[in-house]
Amino acid sequence: MKPAPFDYVVPATIEEALEHLDRGAGDATILAGGQTLMPLLALRMSTPGIIIDINRIPELQGLSRGEGATRMAPMTRQNVALASSDLATALPMLTRALSHVGHFQTRNRGTVGGSISLGEPAAELPATAVALGAEIEAHSLNGSRRIPAEEFYIGPYATVLEPDELVTAIHFPDWAKGSITVFHEVARRPGDFALVGLVGAITLDQGRIARVGLAWFGMGPTPIKSAQAEAALMGQDPASIDWKELAAMAVSETDPFEDHSASADYRRSVGRSIFARTLPGALNQGAKA
Amino acid sequence: MSDHAIALTVNGRQFTEQVEARLTLGDFLREKLGYTGVHMACEHGVCGACTVVVDGLAVRSCLMFAVQADGAEITTVEGVAAPDGTLNPVQQAMRECHALQCGFCTPGVVMTLTSLTEGGNKPDEKTLLQAMSGHLCRCTGYQGIRKAIKQLAAGETA
Repeated sequence: MKPAPFDYVVPATIEEALEHLDRGAGDATILAGGQTLMPLLALRMSTPGIIIDINRIPELQGLSRGEGATRMAPMTRQNVALASSDLATALPMLTRALSHVGHFQTRNRGTVGGSISLGEPAAELPATAVALGAEIEAHSLNGSRRIPAEEFYIGPYATVLEPDELVTAIHFPDWAKGSITVFHEVARRPGDFALVGLVGAITLDQGRIARVGLAWFGMGPTPIKSAQAEAALMGQDPASIDWKELAAMAVSETDPFEDHSASADYRRSVGRSIFARTLPGALNQGAKA
Repeated sequence: MSDHAIALTVNGRQFTEQVEARLTLGDFLREKLGYTGVHMACEHGVCGACTVVVDGLAVRSCLMFAVQADGAEITTVEGVAAPDGTLNPVQQAMRECHALQCGFCTPGVVMTLTSLTEGGNKPDEKTLLQAMSGHLCRCTGYQGIRKAIKQLAAGETA
């Protein structure tokens, strides 16, 4: 349970971090909050030659509200984001998801960008980024690009990020005031990774669904956007929806796996239940508020 | 593999040490500095036994490298009682409520609760209980811990 030897560098600027990444040529790993990476190192599932610690780069900290979006610097600690009243007002769905990330002690160090960049398929934040339509901004020495979260994940702990790229911001688009939070997670104890989770947001306009974003976590090799269910919900009056039918459709879009905690069928069954329960529940509450 | 010089404060004492990059903060505190109250158990962030306070925040010392603590101020369970041995309110409540059995998870629990209740902070019982989800007690001695938390939240200890 001890990490294999590695070289450690601690850059002071983004530029310096990018130079290390470029020189590391695939043998370098970024250390953000370390709350997922450190266990992988301890179990020697990850054995990088170089660790680039980005904890001392001030530009990578903090969140700010901008035109139509919230910009989250990747090293914003999960507990800092969770305590932000600006964020709770602008994106209550994200605040809700953050409250389920790990434990109080791991959120003190764990970062928003670290979780989103790693892409653990059962983690809350990658799915939340997909559901809310976030964009992930990455820099390399050759320039920068913005990647829609929906296109970012390609497998467990695998993303489209190139080895020389560093995530420098996550941009969460605004959702209209009064938009409804969809969130339900089934885990073996509070703070564990989800067995099954569903996250999203719904905006109503004159009683009809005008905007919706939904994503599953723990239901496949990546977070999974529920695109068919979203399309089926658009323009609908919530009162006229057959939730059981829609839940079956939403679960059919997933690709759950079997592990020591649960079979794929169990995950599908739980997925159908929480979908059919959580969405109408959230909409009812939203209508009352 | 790289070695690094670090300077940090632990329980009010200053240290300057040379550490290998892969040494975790927990192993450093135990093996190099002798703070054996830091209990290493699962060593991959699940159990919470190794929790210490770094710059005011409760963190798992197995999920942080010693080299990352350069310049930090750290408190371990050895540093929470008064110099004359008077227990801090968390320790006192845990003592009164029999909130420990074998004692292995205890230092971590004390550090989380101390970090949340220090400096006049008065979190409610629910907040304290939620923070306990980050600790495992293999004796399953949770009822005593819950009782101590109830007492702490009600402010019944001196």
